[in-house]
Amino acid sequence: MPKSSSVKAPAEPGRLSVRKTYKLYIGGAFPRSESGRTYLVDGDNVALASRKDARDAVLAARAAQPRWAGATAYNRGQVLYRIAEMLEARRSEFTALGVPSAEVAAAVDRWVWYAGWADKIAQVAGGANPVAGPFFNVSAPEPTGVVAVVAPSSLLGLVSVIAPAIVTGNTVVVMAAGPQVAITLAEVLATSDLPGGVVNLLTGRYAEIAPWLASHDDVNAVDLTGVDHPDVATELERAAAGTLKRVIRPVTGVDFTADPGLQPMTALLETKTVWHPKGY
Amino acid sequence: MFEYAPAPESRSVVDVAGSYGLFIDGAFDSGKDGNVLKTVNPATEEVLAEVAVAGPEDVDRAVAAALRAFGPWSALPGAERAKYLFRIARIIQERSRELAVLESLDNGKPIRESRDVDLPLVAAHFFYYAGWADKLAYAGFGPDPKPLGVAGQVIPWNFPLLMLAWKIAPALATGNTVVLKPAETTPLSALFFADVCRQAELPPGVVNIVTGARDTSAYLIQHPDVSKVAFTGSTPVGREIARSLAGTGKRLTLELGGKAANIVFDDAPIDQTVEGIVNGIFFNQGHVCCAGSRLLVQESFADELLASLKRRMATLRVGDPLDKNTDIGAINSAAQLARITELSEIGAAEGAERWSPECSLPDRGYWFAPTIFTGVTQAHRIAREEVFGPVLSVLTFRTPEEAVAKANNTPYGLSAGVWTEKGSRILAVADKLRAGVVWANTFNKFDPASPFGGYKESGYGREGGRHGLEAYLA
Amino acid sequence: MTVTASAGLSDLRSFLHGLPGVDKVGVEARAAALATRSIKSSSKAKAIDLAIRMVDLTTLEGADTPGKVRALCAKARRPDPADPTCPPAAAICVYPAMVKVAAQALSGSGVHLASVATAFPSGQAPLAVKLADTREAVADGADEIDMVISRGAFLAGDYTRVFDEIAAVKEACGGAHLKVILETGELGTYDNVRRASWLAMLAGADFIKTSTGKVTVNATLPITLVMLEAVRDFRARHGRIIGVKPAGGIKTTKDAIKYLVLINETVGDDWLSPDRFRFGASSLLNDLLMQRTKLTTGHYAGPDYFTLD
Repeated sequence: MPKSSSVKAPAEPGRLSVRKTYKLYIGGAFPRSESGRTYLVDGDNVALASRKDARDAVLAARAAQPRWAGATAYNRGQVLYRIAEMLEARRSEFTALGVPSAEVAAAVDRWVWYAGWADKIAQVAGGANPVAGPFFNVSAPEPTGVVAVVAPSSLLGLVSVIAPAIVTGNTVVVMAAGPQVAITLAEVLATSDLPGGVVNLLTGRYAEIAPWLASHDDVNAVDLTGVDHPDVATELERAAAGTLKRVIRPVTGVDFTADPGLQPMTALLETKTVWHPKGY
Repeated sequence: MFEYAPAPESRSVVDVAGSYGLFIDGAFDSGKDGNVLKTVNPATEEVLAEVAVAGPEDVDRAVAAALRAFGPWSALPGAERAKYLFRIARIIQERSRELAVLESLDNGKPIRESRDVDLPLVAAHFFYYAGWADKLAYAGFGPDPKPLGVAGQVIPWNFPLLMLAWKIAPALATGNTVVLKPAETTPLSALFFADVCRQAELPPGVVNIVTGARDTSAYLIQHPDVSKVAFTGSTPVGREIARSLAGTGKRLTLELGGKAANIVFDDAPIDQTVEGIVNGIFFNQGHVCCAGSRLLVQESFADELLASLKRRMATLRVGDPLDKNTDIGAINSAAQLARITELSEIGAAEGAERWSPECSLPDRGYWFAPTIFTGVTQAHRIAREEVFGPVLSVLTFRTPEEAVAKANNTPYGLSAGVWTEKGSRILAVADKLRAGVVWANTFNKFDPASPFGGYKESGYGREGGRHGLEAYLA
Repeated sequence: MTVTASAGLSDLRSFLHGLPGVDKVGVEARAAALATRSIKSSSKAKAIDLAIRMVDLTTLEGADTPGKVRALCAKARRPDPADPTCPPAAAICVYPAMVKVAAQALSGSGVHLASVATAFPSGQAPLAVKLADTREAVADGADEIDMVISRGAFLAGDYTRVFDEIAAVKEACGGAHLKVILETGELGTYDNVRRASWLAMLAGADFIKTSTGKVTVNATLPITLVMLEAVRDFRARHGRIIGVKPAGGIKTTKDAIKYLVLINETVGDDWLSPDRFRFGASSLLNDLLMQRTKLTTGHYAGPDYFTLD
């Protein structure tokens, strides 16, 4: 049900409420679109991102990536858990935007689920390889780098594409649907010890922005989960092939309430194998 | 000389009551028989508190509470159990200074270690296993692994709260409930942990703490409703437990003694090696089952290394555990001090050369100066028996093969160290060592993600990491 | 082993590469552990006064003027005009062009006068220029010379050239003390820090110094620890005590005290003196003064109450 902005803040008799401005989230800050454009969503003027905003977001994501990946897995887990804490505390902001209470709760729990994976995924997805020779040989997963995401519109869907990407050390540029919910989530992220630039959120029209992200030479992977048109998805896949980006293809009817499994994480991981001789 | 003025950590962050009861079914009570034991501050011999001694009826009640709690707890979705454990982890983080001071008071370990090592590891351990609670299907133990029931857990005095974390966190994450008995000389932090459980609103009966001595432990582990026993302590007691549980079908894991070889080759990075040797044997007063208590140094390098080691030992600061600059605190008990003293006297009598730096020890309390014995051979008792104190035996070797042979020439097999700049040598030596943990160019490193446990008479089963789940799953 | 300026490349190389390795994780852990020492009350007061006496009050800017240098000299002589018990700084450190002004301003004060020379900070100039730079600074009144090594030559493995340059500058110094700047932030590894330390000491350095202050990574605790271990081992082998000077990035009393702890627990008493240890710093001095005042007055001090120079 669409809501008009006037019902979001309950009115005090005799007092005019102060409304929130919905801006982009890039590099830990909340800038307006460099284009100066906005579009009207449920009565709010929301920033309409341009390709240059997307370019800036990729720069921010790239700048943040080595340090985020270099943080200990334990530390990344702590940060994701902190996001869960902050989201829990702001549940009412999401229900006020029309997100069902159960979905907000599921989104909190989804952060907790991924927080726990930070220091375990390598133990499940990596390990010692018994090669035939006097060699130490071990494989371990590493993040692929910067991931561009076209997100689904629900809060749970949005969290379910961001969390598995960043928990392993990737950084993301997210083309969000449902802009008010997405930017409210950005406000959660901005107060959760998450380093600026790890998650960058753009609001606007993915058909305009996603091709620039899919063809960007400094993006390592694209997640097309939120692309709802098969032809557009194919076009984006084709663009991503230019630098052989890893592609998560859209699956129709994803049940975001189910156990996500490992695939959302492993799709955005590289496996590195190290050999070393053994001998006195 | 640049003398450091006293820098005591404030005791006021912790409020120690005069007496403590047992924590059964979510509440404290004083125990059926009213027997108590006194726990003392080993640095001052001051009595800190009286603690109830759990008799058979008390243990029965605790096990019954754990059994009642087991059904609903194991039936909870993993994600909900996870959130309880995350809460506990967070509360421990928030109360970590208080718990660190308490641990130093009751145990005698320096505040620097309880603050910078024990407490961060305790919180991290709960965080780590919290995350497993809803991921057990991914852990490699089958698609739907099941908990065992009530776990009876007995822990030692050297890392009271950390050993509690190693026991309780995986047990709860996997859906078991526990009755835990802390050590006789260090019961307090476990009782404070009980309060943490209440703060976290953990359902009553999921964690029960029974204090007491050996009789309490023996009764607990024999209890017919205890399905799983986890013990950390000495090898003789572990052996006795294994014998006593034969035929009961109870699952058992044992983390026992050690006599770790710390092997130093002549190309080792000398200054960091000296730090590693010091950390290996003097960390926590040497009250560490995986302590690097046998230094095996390549003969061609021995004089240079020992000169550096002695110079470094002269800067170790022994004294008040609550002083933030103390490196070595108090020996945990009079009994342990007597054991260390006796073995050291035997070492000297057997002909090894004993050396300690100049070091003034406080008048009251239990203290032992950091000590090394040189000229030790495999035949000396100090090279074979676990001293569990700040006493290092130094032996030499000529070739890697000899080093490995000497390192393995012990009934123990908990840990070992290897120091060399040559990577292939590290890996080859590590392959041949019969020890559950091998540290290379480092020592005494612990992480919740990393499994820990011994070969041979150092026990069986692993704690920590993905492997640590296995002991609590059917 | 004795090494002379004429020693062949292979001798020097095999010696430097035969030095014990430095384990990065281990040395950083050791430095971090020592940084947790808690220095309070009377120890802190002593440490602050000692640190003030160790400061090489430094200005090395293109915009330095005689006025700026004279102000700094006044500050070094009497860091806290309100408190006569406050000791003077160890030295002033300026560019060669400012030595004359500084010499005049420091005359009779006992404060040493250091000058960076040898094409500071890059060291990328012909040897003749470096030597002239040095001689002129000494002639103008500098009694300490802070030279930079040719990092390019060092990294290229041309140890003999680095050695010979240091030896030549040492000679050009005459009676002035020679501090050799290794620019550790450009050496890449702790192993190289240890090797460069030995190279400088063998070639005649009186002090080894971490940095110019002009690169991204300046003095750090673990780098200084490696250098302290080097001077300790050098004395054991050659009997000569070489000083150590961390420079750049040391801004607070807390930082300075960590270095004093490092000395105390690795090389000991003999280096706890301005003759053997210096801080290359500028803003550090005012923080030391603020902390000193806090200990005296019992309340926190504010920057408005200390001179800006």
